[in-house]
Formats: sequence, C-alpha cells, structure tokens
Amino acid sequence: MVEIRFHGRGGQGAVTSAEILALAVIEEGRYAQAFPAFGAERRGAPVLAFTRISDEPIKIRIGIYEPDIVIVLDPTLLRSVPVFSGLKENGIAVINSKKSPEELKAELNYDGNLVTVDATSIAMEELGVPITNVVMLGALLKAKPELAKMEYVEKFIAERFPKIAEKEVRAFRRAYEEARS
Amino acid sequence: MAKRRGIEVSIAIAEAAALAEVDVVSAYPITPQTHIVEHLAELVANGELNAEFITVESEHTAMSAALGASLAGARAFTSTSSQGLALMNEIVYIASSMRAPVVMALANRSLSAPISIWNDHSDVMNERDTGWISIFANNGQEAYDLTFMAFKIGEHPDVLLPVMINFDGFILTHVVEPIYMFDKEEVEGFLPPYHHPYVLDPERPVTHGPVGLPDIYTEAKKQQEEAIRNSRKVIDAVWKEFDERFGRRYNAVETYKADDAEVVLVTQGSVTEAAQVVVDEMRKQGRKWGVVEIRLWRPFPFEDLKKALCNGSIKCAVVLDRAISFGGPLGIVMSEVRAALYNLSDRPMVVGVTAGLGGRDIRFDEYVRMFELGEECLKEEKEPDRVIIVGLRE
Repeated sequence: MVEIRFHGRGGQGAVTSAEILALAVIEEGRYAQAFPAFGAERRGAPVLAFTRISDEPIKIRIGIYEPDIVIVLDPTLLRSVPVFSGLKENGIAVINSKKSPEELKAELNYDGNLVTVDATSIAMEELGVPITNVVMLGALLKAKPELAKMEYVEKFIAERFPKIAEKEVRAFRRAYEEARS
Repeated sequence: MAKRRGIEVSIAIAEAAALAEVDVVSAYPITPQTHIVEHLAELVANGELNAEFITVESEHTAMSAALGASLAGARAFTSTSSQGLALMNEIVYIASSMRAPVVMALANRSLSAPISIWNDHSDVMNERDTGWISIFANNGQEAYDLTFMAFKIGEHPDVLLPVMINFDGFILTHVVEPIYMFDKEEVEGFLPPYHHPYVLDPERPVTHGPVGLPDIYTEAKKQQEEAIRNSRKVIDAVWKEFDERFGRRYNAVETYKADDAEVVLVTQGSVTEAAQVVVDEMRKQGRKWGVVEIRLWRPFPFEDLKKALCNGSIKCAVVLDRAISFGGPLGIVMSEVRAALYNLSDRPMVVGVTAGLGGRDIRFDEYVRMFELGEECLKEEKEPDRVIIVGLRE
C-alpha cells in the first residue's frame, strides 16, 4: 500500500488532487481511498488530504501519520507546517518550489528524496490562477510513475474541470515534464 | 451490470435512495450528512428523480413530514447526524410506534457539548430504545447496499417499521472509494412497490396515533415489540435474496477469524475492518485474536451472538463501545453483550473498552492494547465492572 499526504491551503484544491488520483487508480480496477482531514476548513488555512493506493481492498481509515509520499501544494507551508512529519525513510517529498532539489534540501536540512516543480508559475501561465492542485499531480507522477496511469488521471482532471479541461491537462503535463529530482 | 466506480460514499448513499425511487425526501442539512441530501436535492431539481424534496426548518419537522408521507403511502427517506437526530427524537419514537417504514441514513457523529462534528456512536446509542430497526455498515459498499435493502425490509407487510442505516460520519461519508453501483434493470423486481395497509386516504379515513388510554397502551407496546422481534425473519430473508441475486452476503453478527480465537474484539461500524487488519498482523506473531461484529443492532441478535462468542475457543470478548453511558457501566454495547450471555455457564469473559470518541483516530497500537487488556483480565481472572478508556490522556 502507498500512503500519500497532501499539504495545501483551504481553497487550493488539495482534496480534489487526492480524489482525482484515487479515481484514476480505481478506474484501473485497483483500490484507492481519498479523504480530507476532517476539520473546520477555512480558505487559506493549512489543510490536509490523503490518498491510499493498494492492490487489495483498503480497510484502514485513519489519517496518514507515516506517509510514503508528501505533496506540498504551497511553498509558504514549509515555514509553518511540519510537512516531513512521519515521512518514511525511503519516502518522497514532492514540493511546489522555484528552487532546485539541491537548494531546497540544503535550505530545509532534509536529505531524503525530493522532487520540486515551479507549480505556481505553471498554474499562473496555464490557468491564470495560483491553484496548484492538478499541476502537482504531474510532478507526483514524475516522481512515482507506477502510482497511476497518466491517461486516467487526465480523464478525471477533464471530468472535474469540464470548462477548462484542456488548460488543466496542459498544466498537468507541463509539471510532469518540468519536475526536477 | 453493476458498474464499479470511484465515488464519495455520501453520494453513493443518495444514489441508493434514488435507486429505490423514493417518493419523498424530507431533510435538513447537518455535517457530516449534508452531501447525501444535497445530492438528492440535485437529482430532484434536475428531474432525474421523480420525488418531492421537502425543505424543512428543522430535523423535528424533517421526521414529522417523512412520517406523514410514509403513512400517506409514499416511500419516504431522510438523513441526519448527531444534534439533528437528537432534535428529531420525539418523532423518531413516534414513527416506529405508528409503524411508518421511513428509511433514515444516519451519518454517525458525536453529541455536544463540547461541540464536535466528528465521529462516534453517541447519536445512535441515544436513540437505542426508539423501536427502529438499526443496522451498521462498515464501508461504502455496505452503506450503499444496506440503504437500498432497508426499504424492502421496513416496508414488508410483516414488518412496517422504520429502518436506520448507521455509517461513520466523515470516516465513511467523505471518502472516495470503489463501489459497485447497480443500474435500474439489474435490481428490477427486487424492491416491490410500497403499500401501507392502513394508508391515509380522504376517501377511506383512518386514524393513526390517537390517544391510547391505560386500557390499551400496554397492548399497543406489546404488539410493537413483537413486530420488531418478528422483523428478524424478513431481515434474514432480504439479505439472503440479495446475496443470491447480487453475491454479497450480510449477517446479523459477522465473525472474522473467530473460530480458533482466544480473544475477540466486538465491534460496530468502520472500526471492524481496522480491527481485522490488526488481527491479520498480530496472528503472524502467534496471537490468537479475532473480530466479532454486531451488524444488526436492533432487533438485537441474541442467538447469533451467543453462537459466535460461545464457540468453545473464545475465552474473552473485548467490547469496543464508541459512546458512553454516564454514571452507568459506561459501555452500552458491553452491557448488552454481557446481558445476552448472562445465563450461559460457558460464556467468555466480557471486558469493555471505549475509544475513538469525538473523531479521535484509533491507532494500530491502541487496538493491540484492547486485545491485550482482554488477555490481562483473563490472566488475573478479573472482569472489570466498567469500561476502560483506551488512548485517554491523563
């Protein structure tokens, strides 16, 4: 089982990312579960969302405390939220940052696996808004391609954003190309 | 054919009510149930469901309208949680007493105060004695299946009682997961049309719920008690037919690796599957543990529970309560399990624990602790009177 924790801010669509990923996995016939951290959500406040992926039915339903992967949708969270908390030793952090993995590792005093992508710039250029949820899924799939099939992720991105499907899919693909590890 | 799809469990539950072609939805939004009635409102507004959606000013009215609709011959559905159910309470009791087969999807949530929107079983336990058939679902598929089947059970002419389907708020309601969703053709003929034998009809007036003077009230309550007891035959028959047609089996008491277990955890709701994971893991270390789930809460499955727990192997049943009975033994389910086994000489020891109140996650090591508490009690040959709160900070 792979356990993924999304860190975002209320309104950035962390839950949507977690759900799109789960839907793509379920479409393949495998098992997945996506859910938000259940709290009093407020726009701009730090939020969590979770996805579990498995080849077997998933019976565990508590929050994810020891993730295999953490995804950080907003670089400002790095200053205020312990995003690496419980991350497994061989886990991967996928972070929205203009910096290279080497720079960010040094800055954060973190020496694990790290993938960075300038998701905010991609979102601004492709969508015109700094909403990075779909963009970060591109970087996630670059970091761990076996998680889900690109075509299914794109299918559910298009379903979720029917009016701007083309733009969202383009942003997703760009992040996949531009992510650095 | 049923289509396997990823869907939020709340939406699937609403679709189960739509699949049953409900005539009336009468509901008031409350977290974490809201998505269910929102989706039904959407289906009605889009013309996809030919039903009357009654927007009410409170849950008290939600249940009143559902009750009236049900007695007027309409298939009626509502959904609520926590404070909403508490506010409904007066009419919840009346609905069963007036034999109105309303179906209620109950997204289990704790009761205030302090205010908590999160999950435990305080709300359903507070309504334990209201005379409803009460069933627990452990995952999204079960919540969907059981909601659909609830209409067939409650509306059966030998039953005519309301049914509540319990599923953990947030933990189930807000999760996207794979669920096999039926199409209409596939369930054709499973759910017969609803007929109440004493329907409210201006052409043939009848009276429901008049004054019951002391010379008749006792007999009325005796009849009601017999009705819910007898509903068990129909519940079993409906679950059997569902299994035969669709291949998923539901039982009043579900067991997991209990045959050779020495200690079992007795559960209700989504903790059941988590406990199964713990059992699988700890069996690798030679711990003979199992899980027994009381799926059917009312009518209480006395015989099934005795059979499951007095299997010659189980020495201790640790009962996990997700609510507290203040000033009593604390554990409501624990007390009922003990009472059910009271007169049996070969009964296992019954130990009560509580955890996961007000939405607190129950972690792996806390489940292990529950089983180990059972082992310790066995060793000390001491059956505690009151439940032990696991995960309590002191």
